[in-house]
Amino acid sequence: MKLAISIAGQTIDSPFDARFGRAESFCLVDSDTGAWTVHANPALSASGGAGVQAAQFVAKLGAQAVVSGAYGPKAYDTLSAGNIQRFLAPGNEARSGADILAAFRAGQLTEADGTTHGGHHGG
Amino acid sequence: MMQIVIASGKGGTGKTTVATSLAQVAAERGAVRFLDCDVEAPNAALFLHPVLETHRDVGIRVPRVDAQACTYCGKCAEVCQFHAIAVVGKKVLVFDDLCHGCGSCTWHCPEQAISEHLAVTGVIDSGTTPEGIAFAQGVMNVGQTMGVPILRELKQWTPATGDAPPSTSLRASGALEIRDAPPGASCPVVETMRGADFALLVTEPTPFGLHDLKQVAAIAHDLGIPAGVVINRDGIGDAAVGTWCADRGLPILLRIPMERRIAEAIASGQTLVDAVPDYRVGFQELLERIVAGVNP
Amino acid sequence: MKQLVILSGKGGTGKTSVTAAFAHLASQGPLADRILLADADVDAANLELVLQPRRLDTQPFRGGQVAVINEDTCVHCGDCESVCRFDAIIETDGRWTIDPIACDGCAACVYQCPTDSIAMQEQTVGECARSDSRYGPLHHAHLSPGQENSGKLVTQVRQRARQQALDEQRQVVIVDGPPGIGCPVIAAVSGADLALLVTEPTVSGIHDLRRALQTVQHFGVPALVCINKADVYPAGAREIEADCAAQGIPTVGRIPFDLTVASAMVAGEAVTLYRPDAPASLALSALWARVLPFLLEAPA
Repeated sequence: MKLAISIAGQTIDSPFDARFGRAESFCLVDSDTGAWTVHANPALSASGGAGVQAAQFVAKLGAQAVVSGAYGPKAYDTLSAGNIQRFLAPGNEARSGADILAAFRAGQLTEADGTTHGGHHGG
Repeated sequence: MMQIVIASGKGGTGKTTVATSLAQVAAERGAVRFLDCDVEAPNAALFLHPVLETHRDVGIRVPRVDAQACTYCGKCAEVCQFHAIAVVGKKVLVFDDLCHGCGSCTWHCPEQAISEHLAVTGVIDSGTTPEGIAFAQGVMNVGQTMGVPILRELKQWTPATGDAPPSTSLRASGALEIRDAPPGASCPVVETMRGADFALLVTEPTPFGLHDLKQVAAIAHDLGIPAGVVINRDGIGDAAVGTWCADRGLPILLRIPMERRIAEAIASGQTLVDAVPDYRVGFQELLERIVAGVNP
Repeated sequence: MKQLVILSGKGGTGKTSVTAAFAHLASQGPLADRILLADADVDAANLELVLQPRRLDTQPFRGGQVAVINEDTCVHCGDCESVCRFDAIIETDGRWTIDPIACDGCAACVYQCPTDSIAMQEQTVGECARSDSRYGPLHHAHLSPGQENSGKLVTQVRQRARQQALDEQRQVVIVDGPPGIGCPVIAAVSGADLALLVTEPTVSGIHDLRRALQTVQHFGVPALVCINKADVYPAGAREIEADCAAQGIPTVGRIPFDLTVASAMVAGEAVTLYRPDAPASLALSALWARVLPFLLEAPA
């Protein structure tokens, strides 16, 4: 499965970024083979609607699931519309994209069953 | 028609106090139109008591996508700078609260699959005051974030007046428009001031008043609008506002002293010139100076 | 960590003077070194005039973008003007220019231009600063006059304040909010643990308090009310208390009209430090003592 993990850095060993819309980048990894690429998040500098933009971006990358620390309502709706699964990983532990992949493979991640926060306001 | 905007930067310095009294003395010499542009906290009606007969919903024209015509090409999402429209797979999502109503998606849809409908964000109430002032206010709905679209509509408002085309009759009588601005110094204040002939800046002689006066004076300067200052609650604070205005060549057109009886009268909903008729002359002179300065 | 936001609806009711007094009072008690301050009124950032901060770092704030026409390739067709709903594209003698103040940044013109002569340009529209102040760390910002996106800047100030409070295990964040009920207010209130609305007993203050309370409730934040200059119009003060009681909102203080507040502002001091025995100072001390338990007991 193609998984997009929000990270802060350039490689799969970079730290996990608990933010979705404002994540620094996304690590797109094939959970079966472990092959990965990193893509800068174009929504990082968005004035508003970062979650919507990031969700469309990972959809275009072909992700079938994402892992992040939180999803605002618009990101959640956009990802759902694209049939992209939304997994949650706690943001308060220091760990890397590779650790997140391992946790995913071990079935330790929970799926977000709704919006995790009310969204931010930036307009 | 001459347009005067009353602004301040800092809130609570007396914008509405000055604007409503100025409107009352202006109504004695000609036609007056009053626009309360503080759409988040409109208060002028509490003092001028207009009979608000007309209420018009206003807002933003948001896109609706015709699923039959849409090919999911994604052009709308590409052109939208606010990420208010998203295309994922065979679905289009519209987020009304992110939309600025710019129409870009509508213009650029290659299938012409987008139409627009009004997402109501507020209302424009209008009517006439007992003195005959044509009055309108914009009121933004609670929970909304964008006041500027309401302001734009408000500035377009034209009072209905019998048979004569209103703009002509107002112009013929040397009419005035008075706009009561919101506090602050960001986009709603700019939109209120844009196109005005004169900016009357109301401040109080305190460090907070001066700090915020500088912000709003900078906007008037950038927009090329001549400005003058009213110092309210004169006597409190210090003399720094007067010094700064003198350095900048900003005329101080009126000083209203700190008097408890004024504070009490305004608290109860009276206008300044009604509560303390001595000020009528001061406001008449203020108006004459503004009119003479702008239309020499 | 708990966040208290000071709001009002109507401007000029005394939010910043209350915030400064709270900062001073908090720094004297068991919360000394455990508070953090944020000025979320980025249009009129006055808290620093009382806190005398020493800046530690300042970052430029990039707001939205505006469109710019490349004169060299423009063919003066006017297509851009036809799609602009913000009257930002101005024709003078056959040449088109964009008024950056009116431009909303929608880029409709960029996509309309047949010769690709219009590009979007990011603008630096303010700054976001972190400082040390006499009563604790201060996060504050300035929006350049006439700019938009103050909600985004408020969000940035609050996020940075929250992060530092978490990192340093500070117990209380006091946020000085903007007037009104719009975008910056929503950015200041969303996610706060408690809102204190400072109002005044005037017809305007009462009208705007109602709208501000609706906004705070809309975002699910518990509210308290205090009445500043309460003795100027006692009938108004009674109306506010009755209104609040009917809605189950505690009125937690009445501050008398006191010119000492303006003198303290001129001196650049919190009034509670400037003259601790002034009537306003005594009322503010009592107010803080009532607000603090609500804040500490607010549900997380």
